[in-house]
Parts: sequence; structure tokens; C-alpha cells
Amino acid sequence: MRDQIRQVLSEHARLPVDVATLDDQDDLFRAGMTSHASVNVMLGLEEAFDIEFPEAMLRKATFESVAAIETALIHLRSVTA
Amino acid sequence: MTPDDPCVGVDLVDIAEVARSVQHFGDRYLRRVFTDHEIACCQGPPEVAAGSLAARFAAKEATIKVLRPDGVRPDWRTIEVVRLPSGACKLRLRGSAARLAVERGLGPFTLSMTHEAGLAAAVVVSGSASGYDGTPTMERHHD
Repeated sequence: MRDQIRQVLSEHARLPVDVATLDDQDDLFRAGMTSHASVNVMLGLEEAFDIEFPEAMLRKATFESVAAIETALIHLRSVTA
Repeated sequence: MTPDDPCVGVDLVDIAEVARSVQHFGDRYLRRVFTDHEIACCQGPPEVAAGSLAARFAAKEATIKVLRPDGVRPDWRTIEVVRLPSGACKLRLRGSAARLAVERGLGPFTLSMTHEAGLAAAVVVSGSASGYDGTPTMERHHD
């Protein structure tokens, strides 16, 4: 799952650094992800994982790291399964 | 800061990024971020539409900075840029954004947007008037 998340980030996060150089816990916003890029990341994740983020999950913390995104996706899958 | 101090939010958006989002995600991007009214106001050649959309996105983010949500941030569509018949643009808050404004004692909101040289920017200023209900100020004056 983390590889797929990283793929989405490399396509949509528009980071000034290579996603591969970031640790799973590194803060993506501090790494240069803008709020608009985070929208694209959200849409890219929805496309890649066939899910939809509800408004209750639209918080900065949901998209702040690879690990946080993984946690959110696991949660979403558990409630929609 | 005292409760009567105005709150200011500013945001800057790369217009090419918005154009890219429209091209890649199409309607899914537009419908997730913008209201029907905003989409209707941003028609035209792709580069022109992207500039208008980018300014509206900047307005939404600038408003978020004024609202300062602790956790869940309001859906982008609950913060709407309303174009009045005069051509002036005002903010209208609904749902979670309007509730947050009431909780924080913020409003009415004043908006200024611009786009040029590949960038769009917006500034939002809020007073702390009680009784604010999310309605654009100029529309209220027309009541």
C-alpha cells in the first residue's frame, strides 16, 4: 500500500524533493506540498484505491505523511467493507 | 489579539496547477472543490477559466486561514465565492464553514482576489460582528 501511496504522491504532490527520499513519517506539507496539491493527492488516492474521503476526514493531518495516509486508507476500507 | 481585532487570511495559487487538475481530473475535481455557481462563473477558454478557478481556490484557502479549524476543515464547497450582478465578488459560507464562523465570532467577511503572471491570490478579512449568518454583505444590504 505504501508503494502505491508514494506513486500517487510522485504524480500529484508536486514536491520539490523526490518522494523516495522521504521517510514514511516525514511531514509532506513541510516538504513543500501545497494545499492545492493536497486536493490532487486526495483525488489521486480516491482514483487509485477506489474510495472517497468524507468531509470528516478532510483534515490536514490525514494527508501529512505517507504513514498518515495509510492509516486513513485502512480506516476508510474498514468502514466501507 | 482581542475578540474585536480583524482576522486576515491570504493565499496564493499557481494557475497552471489548477489547469492541470482540471485537465487530469475533470468534473471530479471541479465538483469536489467548487459550487455550481462558481463553475458557471468560470467558463471560457481553459487558461481564462483556470485563472478564475485559481482565484476562487485561493479565496477558499484564505478563508480557512481566517476560520482556523482545529481539526476537520470545512468542505471547500461550504465556502463559496458569489459573483453579484454588479460583478463584485463576495463570500458566502454554508454548513460547517458557517458554523465555524459563528463559533469563532467571525464575520462579515471581505474578499479581494486577483490573478496575473501565472498566479492567483486572495485576501480575506473578517470582522467580529455578532449575528453573522454567512450571507454576502451586499446581498444583505439589498434585502
